[in-house]
Amino acid sequence: MTEQTSSTEQKLIIEMRGIVKRFPGVLANDHVDFKLLHGEIHGLLGENGAGKSTLMNVLAGLYRQEAGTILVNGEPKIFSSPRDAIKSGIGMVHQHFMLVPSQTVTENVLLGLDEPRFIMRLPDYDSNIAELGEQFGLKVDPRAKVWQLSVGEQQRVEILKMLYRGVDVLIMDEPTAVLAPQEIEGLFDTLRAMIAQGKSVIFISHKLQEVSAIADRVSVLRKGVATASGVASKGVSRQELARLMVGRDIIFALDKKPCQPGEIVLDVRDIYAENDKGLPALRGLSLNVRAGEIVGVAGVAGNGQSELSQVISGMRQCKKGQVLLGGDTVSNHSTLFGIQHGMAYVPEDRNHVGSAPNLSITDNIIMKKYRKSPILKNGLLDMKAATKLANELKQAYDIIVPNVSTPVRLLSGGNLQRVILAREISGLPSFMVAVQPTRGLDVGAIEGVHRLLLTQREAGAAVLLVSEELEELLSLCDRVYVIYEGKIMGEIMIKGEGHDEGLVDTIGQMMTGTPLDQIQKEGVVANG
Amino acid sequence: MDFTVILQAGIASGTVLLFATIGELFSERAGVLNLGVEGMMLIGAMSAFSTTIATGNPWLGVLVAMLFAGLISQIHAFIVITLQADQVVSGLSLTFLGAGISLVLGEGLSKAGTVALLPDFSIPLLTLIPIIGKIFFTNQSILVYFGYLLVPLSWYYINRTRPGLHLRAVGEYPSAADALGINVFRMRYFYVFVGGMLAGLAGATISLAVSPGWFSELTTGGQGWIAIGLVIFAQWDPFRAAVGAYAFGALRRLILDIQGPLVLLGFANPFYYNPYLGFFLQMLPYLFTVVVLVIGSREAMRKRIGAPAALGNPYVRGERGK
Repeated sequence: MTEQTSSTEQKLIIEMRGIVKRFPGVLANDHVDFKLLHGEIHGLLGENGAGKSTLMNVLAGLYRQEAGTILVNGEPKIFSSPRDAIKSGIGMVHQHFMLVPSQTVTENVLLGLDEPRFIMRLPDYDSNIAELGEQFGLKVDPRAKVWQLSVGEQQRVEILKMLYRGVDVLIMDEPTAVLAPQEIEGLFDTLRAMIAQGKSVIFISHKLQEVSAIADRVSVLRKGVATASGVASKGVSRQELARLMVGRDIIFALDKKPCQPGEIVLDVRDIYAENDKGLPALRGLSLNVRAGEIVGVAGVAGNGQSELSQVISGMRQCKKGQVLLGGDTVSNHSTLFGIQHGMAYVPEDRNHVGSAPNLSITDNIIMKKYRKSPILKNGLLDMKAATKLANELKQAYDIIVPNVSTPVRLLSGGNLQRVILAREISGLPSFMVAVQPTRGLDVGAIEGVHRLLLTQREAGAAVLLVSEELEELLSLCDRVYVIYEGKIMGEIMIKGEGHDEGLVDTIGQMMTGTPLDQIQKEGVVANG
Repeated sequence: MDFTVILQAGIASGTVLLFATIGELFSERAGVLNLGVEGMMLIGAMSAFSTTIATGNPWLGVLVAMLFAGLISQIHAFIVITLQADQVVSGLSLTFLGAGISLVLGEGLSKAGTVALLPDFSIPLLTLIPIIGKIFFTNQSILVYFGYLLVPLSWYYINRTRPGLHLRAVGEYPSAADALGINVFRMRYFYVFVGGMLAGLAGATISLAVSPGWFSELTTGGQGWIAIGLVIFAQWDPFRAAVGAYAFGALRRLILDIQGPLVLLGFANPFYYNPYLGFFLQMLPYLFTVVVLVIGSREAMRKRIGAPAALGNPYVRGERGK
């Protein structure tokens, strides 16, 4: 690969010059230049909100730039729709998949094409698509319905969709966010196969180690400005890239005191529950969390994590089993019952479940407190006391807004999450369940959320952290359960700083359905 | 009572429901709920009948009915697709609008007397099959036979053709369709129009074939609402829609005919001597519709029975997710 990175021998396939894109109140791309060489994997790094997706959406024809030009093979192009971009050989796989769940893989690939004209003989196309998948190491059953597929397989369908349309340049937007470690290896193999067959790849990510691992060259965006453009990934250190992304040195290690677990606070016993479609989502799941520890739930998205947190918080009924909080059964009771027993809940969807978007910060803050003094006074809300409380929490939790009557829909993700955490933590909970609390936040905000979770742990609360970011779980948690298809595959103790590759590998195997005891048994056999 | 005769008439009566149900099915498959079926059917029945009186040509009547009802449906399309208003509210007002227009324009039509109707005929050979031949293929209106063809054709179109694939995508996940260059707005307008035309055809089937004439709002008698319930019952599948439509058509006939004879199966007919029992029977189809609509309106249940995921949601370009 190193020979390929010498730019003089390689042909320039795409050049973006001085791209400017504004959104109301934000300058998302400020005169950004970007160059893609033929046959390279180009990493595009940046924090969330740095403008990398915006820049690539411009290239993929989804957004129209306000200034700047795009040249494809030296020719200036104007894209008014993704269709135009695909015609010029540029396709994008978005972070949120654009697949129709009720249709088969083949139907999704054929969607929107001019061929076939009218009658579709699907079996003919099934074999074409299977062949194409074979060619690039994208194994997926063309006849399967998309909703039956794992997230990793769905991603393969998205890639197939673009390859079937004959694109030469594939843009992948945060492709690894939804994948298990083994699946990430598979994706990397596919990307390398594409390069070997003369295609080029743009790999958008905010994960440094991945970009260093896969990319030939790297560009970095910070706050809409390119801070590095096409540097060879071999010649630049991780620290240096991090500084280019964030603008300052970031500390990779968290200050974490040794764990002193106390009594069992949350005890989930053999629960069974269904998802919204009425299909089994949790099948005999048990776990526990002690006072003073953070326990993680790792797993690929959609393996029952959401349902688990909903059953615990009382937002979903379970068919069998029970959830005990401090010895009292809270499952199949109201959410209020759980709250009264010391439950705090930081839900996955902070915009609609975690907060009421059109209400003010004050209203959102008092949502769990309005039944009691000082907010409740003579049967009425004391708005003065409420505003006072909101202002105190605004200070304490570093919520950056002009005033607390601002509707929370106007807040950034980080600020909104701080409002939610302020509300939940200020109730002095004995137990907190947090689902993906840092998803979509920038590095600074993530650090803040992590620190708040650790403070909870030190205050003696039990914390259950559900996350798809393995890094996050490994750095925060004292123990990690791995969930797969609604069952716990095993439990792993995390011992202090620095996790070895073997641990990540074991968790990865568990995330794809191998129980821990089986891995250990095989390990013993292999060693003996 | 000869049950084959009742079933034979039931099939004809079910054809009305069939057209309306399949039409609504197309509209809903594209993601647009149109509660205006009853209004569009009234428009169709009235315009078919009055055109036929004026011109003496029932075929022209059918054509005008379909076009007029299709045109009316575009009001709904404009309100919910372009203006992105609530589909339930707009659909309900379409019902009132359709009823109002047809009552005004149909004033005096009920005394117009008889008109040329669409032809009835039997299918040679098929009519010889015992029982089935009598029920399905003997002395039926040409529209009934058209209904037999419409069901498999609709299924094939939806499930096995390229435009059908696009139709399903638009109703399930419009942003995915849009990202691949399918014009979601145009598709939705088109299928609302198809739904309107078929509702108009259903109306024409009543006034020119099944129970000829114009009896103001009693012409349709709430069958548009039954059709909406049948779409849910059918789980958006044309074959199941056919089963439901014919079963309901037969039930309607049975309810009418069972109240006639003095003696039923050797006993004094309770439905003849006690009119309240008759009213109760007449209520049943509507009660069923209410039950189905209640079940179908539950979010969890809708997912389970396979409602188009984007049904009822306006499509706004550039919004994340659905």
